[in-house]
Amino acid sequence: MKSNVETKKRSGPVVFSEYQRSEGIKKALQLGRENILFELKISGLKGRGGAGFPTATKWMLTAAANANKKFIVCNADEGEPGTFKDRVLLLEYPELVFDGIVIAGFTIGAASGIIYLRGEYEYMLQPLEDYLAEMRKDNLLGKNILGKENFNFDISIRLGSGAYVCGEETALIESLEGFRGEPRNRPPYPVDTGYLGYPTVVNNVETLASVSHIVLKGGEWFKKHGTSKSTGSKLFSVSGDCEKPGVYELPWGIKIKELLEIVEAKNTKAVQVGGASGTCIAKSQFDRILGYEDAATGGSIIIFNENRDMLKVLKNFMEFFIEESCGQCTPCRIGNIKLMEGIIKIENGDFTFSYINNLKELGKTMQVASKCGLGQSSPNSFISILENFSEEILHTNGKGKENVKA
Amino acid sequence: MFEYEKNSLTEEIENLVKHYGSDRPALLQILQAVQRKHKYISDFAQQEIARLLNIHPVEVYSIISFYSFLCSEPKGRNIVRLCRTISCDMAGKDKVESAVKRELGITFGETTNDGRITLEFTNCLGMCDQGPAMLVNDKVYTHLNPETAVNILNEVK
Ligand SMILES: Cc1cc2nc3c(=O)[nH]c(=O)nc-3n(C[C@H](O)[C@H](O)[C@H](O)COP(=O)(O)O)c2cc1C
Ligand code: SF4
Ligand code: FES
Repeated sequence: MKSNVETKKRSGPVVFSEYQRSEGIKKALQLGRENILFELKISGLKGRGGAGFPTATKWMLTAAANANKKFIVCNADEGEPGTFKDRVLLLEYPELVFDGIVIAGFTIGAASGIIYLRGEYEYMLQPLEDYLAEMRKDNLLGKNILGKENFNFDISIRLGSGAYVCGEETALIESLEGFRGEPRNRPPYPVDTGYLGYPTVVNNVETLASVSHIVLKGGEWFKKHGTSKSTGSKLFSVSGDCEKPGVYELPWGIKIKELLEIVEAKNTKAVQVGGASGTCIAKSQFDRILGYEDAATGGSIIIFNENRDMLKVLKNFMEFFIEESCGQCTPCRIGNIKLMEGIIKIENGDFTFSYINNLKELGKTMQVASKCGLGQSSPNSFISILENFSEEILHTNGKGKENVKA
Repeated sequence: MFEYEKNSLTEEIENLVKHYGSDRPALLQILQAVQRKHKYISDFAQQEIARLLNIHPVEVYSIISFYSFLCSEPKGRNIVRLCRTISCDMAGKDKVESAVKRELGITFGETTNDGRITLEFTNCLGMCDQGPAMLVNDKVYTHLNPETAVNILNEVK
């Protein structure tokens, strides 16, 4: 039996708009470094991997760094529960991603690009390697790319081995260097001290795909979409209770309830925005917009209908964090376990409200005291689910499931 | 392990070192290659890798213990990883789980007696729109139900 990853024809305002392989690279070579950085700056593009750091700033810092080697790393570790847009980009739009990497290499002055592909996506390795071989044949990689004197650049693919935390950029670099994927203290940031100690840009797959369009069509064109604080469009990975799960390209600023209509979700009780590390948004807040200024997300949208047991959902998230914590710092290593103990106590109807309040406080401490984004965000779902669904979960003495309308 | 097996493993690792290099970034790639072929990284393999990369064997072990796709104990010829994260859970992962357990007569974390299959859980595979999903070695299968899942596993050699 063959494995079965579905692909389909897509269209969208920005990322899924028309683009032919190498167009962006050609335009970049004409524009030159300064103009590329200028267009990026105008575009207002922010990182699509979750943290939302302005891409132009990251590239400028690396371009300006004085070093004899630099790297561009494409973060294809896509491990956040409910996220699968990078899978679609890599399988269906490799030209956008790879052209974006080449453009980054040219702009910052790197000779090598590395794609860190999560181990779970090993089935993509051969097609992507074949694609790179084609690019080499057509001089989109290699020496004097497309006739540009002294622009030598190549891309290699490195696999992860099943560790969510390796998506964190400094853990990713540790992993590339052959170590355990444990996040580093920052600063120094990768733009200064990255792979093997050299200045390194780490960008999400979707960020790089957006760059190819921006360079070709201009920062002003990109900025026409979205809101003033969240320019352009976003790929949303939609799963859970809806008729049409999948990847949608929508402008930033869309309301949650509008998105729910598009994907034909019915009787929705809650939406988890941003995956396990994001927040749970209840029905009363479906007027909120998706964007850096309100509900920010790397793209994961998980929908829960009236029949779902929110305590069970929360428990699933906490199991995830306990497994994926690297264990390096105490707030995260111990804190997640303590939160889980609380969940089990609630399940058994064996808790006091002051105990739950203490756990929420612990969660807030983890948000400030953890070393990396994993432990800083793992309490988000605990806090938001217990706050939004206190009636279902806490007022029923843990018997929530039986009290929820079927 | 027999002496001739050791010799061939040493030769294999020497070739990997030739291919990936002997500096530190090569370590994870070499371990992944050994894991892919043997489904585990034996003590002997760890020692040989450490020797050729000029690092302490404990360093090698510490990498293996960190990454969930690497292991130091033998497993089945095929590794099946069922996604247990929320979207697959809501799409019916529990039913697939029980059917697979019943059919193979083992539970998750175990290997069949004939060494054909090891069952494991894994976190989100990036197939949440098509769940329940599982990996069989490096191949991904989606939209599973109890019957299709079992059929897929019965075809695995
Ligand atoms: C635990 C954790 C996991 C992460 N996983 C990913 C990931 O899978 N992909 C990604 O692009 N960024 C991930 N990030 C964010 C990266 O650290 C980094 O901000 C991002 O790759 C930068 O690229 P961007 O500026 O293009 O978004 C993760 C962060 C944390 C804390
Ligand atoms: S917050 Fe968690 S994952 Fe991040 S460094 Fe600390 S223990 Fe590791
Ligand atoms: S939740 Fe199973 S693939 Fe994402």
